[in-house]
Amino acid sequence: MTSDLINSLYVFMLAGFIGFEVIRRVSPLLHTPLMSLTNALDAIAVVGAIVIAGEAKSTLSTVLGTIAIVAAMSNVVGGFLITDRMLRMFKSSKPKKS
Amino acid sequence: MTPFATQHLIEIAYLVATVLFILALKWLSAPSTARRGVWAGELGMVLAIAGTLLHHGIVDYRWIVIALVLGSIIGVPLGLVHMTAVPQRTALSHACGALCVALVGTAEYYLRSPSVPPFMMAVLSMEVILGSLTFTGSLMAAGKLQEILPQRPITYRGQNIVNLSLLALSVIVAAVLVHNPGHRHLFPLMIGIPLVFGVLMIVPIGGADMPTVISLLNSYAGLSAAAMGFVLDSKLLIIAGALDGSSGFILSVIMSKAMNRSFTNVLFGAFGQVQVSAAAGKESRPVRSATAEEAASILGAANSVVIVPGYGMAVAQAQHKVRELYDALTKRGVDVKFGIHPVAGRMPGHMNVLLAEADIPYDKLMDMDTINPEFPQTDVALVVGANDVTNPAARSDQSSPIYGMPILDVDKARTVMVIKRSMNPGFAGIDNELYYLDRTLMLFGDAKVFTGDIVRELTGGGHS
Repeated sequence: MTSDLINSLYVFMLAGFIGFEVIRRVSPLLHTPLMSLTNALDAIAVVGAIVIAGEAKSTLSTVLGTIAIVAAMSNVVGGFLITDRMLRMFKSSKPKKS
Repeated sequence: MTPFATQHLIEIAYLVATVLFILALKWLSAPSTARRGVWAGELGMVLAIAGTLLHHGIVDYRWIVIALVLGSIIGVPLGLVHMTAVPQRTALSHACGALCVALVGTAEYYLRSPSVPPFMMAVLSMEVILGSLTFTGSLMAAGKLQEILPQRPITYRGQNIVNLSLLALSVIVAAVLVHNPGHRHLFPLMIGIPLVFGVLMIVPIGGADMPTVISLLNSYAGLSAAAMGFVLDSKLLIIAGALDGSSGFILSVIMSKAMNRSFTNVLFGAFGQVQVSAAAGKESRPVRSATAEEAASILGAANSVVIVPGYGMAVAQAQHKVRELYDALTKRGVDVKFGIHPVAGRMPGHMNVLLAEADIPYDKLMDMDTINPEFPQTDVALVVGANDVTNPAARSDQSSPIYGMPILDVDKARTVMVIKRSMNPGFAGIDNELYYLDRTLMLFGDAKVFTGDIVRELTGGGHS
């Protein structure tokens, strides 16, 4: 039990460092798509909601889980959609070398 | 497949999804690879959801399917909003993410209590508290950005004490629950108090501070999801939450630096305190103004032009006219660049998106640190709808409320032109020294109309 939590803490710490290093390199040009993309990725919380809703352990948990899926799923679809729409708009003035 | 093999399959799907998520953010670092990043994220998401659906504990798929479909249907219009509405959409999605986390946390508590180990209960409390306050806080932020709610800060005496007491109260409730998770009647308090706190936290914050607030809420949403990962013992969730949390954290640091706010100031949400203390001395000082024709002839004769857009440009819907100006000048061989302040839009990077939407090439969009050394060699700096971020008082006048805020050094250009409706001061209510310089020409008028007039002069619509 405790070792699980310690493991989780290690994962959290390492992921925090990776996040910091990777995101520091994102150009300020793309900070808005960055926010909408991390938002969509964050909606991975939907996996927790799916399990809660599907286990059907109590009426309350099924109801809460179902609402949670709706909320998270709207982020998944909306987040990826708008990020891609924004990124499609970014064009270079230099002709593509291909 | 045996349950054991299925479990392995799910774990592998999660592992691959994690890798794809990290790659997604890595590829987002440059515009040339950014779209690949979105695809990686999408693939990871599909894998993770598909894997989860195989979970052996799931006995009933009806609600899951209905919810997945309903959520997707709601998500489509949220993904198709206009680019000027992206900040409020983002705030709304923080609210949805936080809602999901808070609801799952609540369900977990009622399923597991009273036998919840102390550490688990502590993390669960953090999940629910952060989720709840981010939910209402983000809804408030979205309301302010959508201008449903008043933009100006609402303050009263003892506001910080009230807010901090509420936060402290919810932490005390959490502590009691950690000590004895059996107090089920206390749990609603741990949701309710942060919900109220979320509203009160945003009430004193003005429209100009929204870029910082959105980033901060982003960070909270990520942290709450990571806490949920601890509760569910899901590495995938912990990692996604940590990535989102650090992204929001970095952006709020960048934004607070750009607004010259200390970081503790941001952490405690106690911003928006720049009151209109500098009651602008209302003596009318002489300014030089020019017509579209004069502006066009100066711009046409220049070698290098830097356009400094502000949110006023987007409000006036002038970005497409600005693109026409860019085209007309570029055709004449003028080197045109854009100087973009980090808080030029209403969320981090917002201005870049608005200009990219108007088909302005991204390699002409320069951030503040890149463009500032170039101003002394620039013939004309053209300010469209920006104000406080160009005010030289931020560099020189210690009594100014914006003193110390990093600005775009447009006053160092050989000629400065400012398109502005009138001499009214900007967001911070401060007079701008820039307008009274000898080298400054004020172009009075609506940004869209005036820019259109300059373009017509340049392209020889009348006489050339």
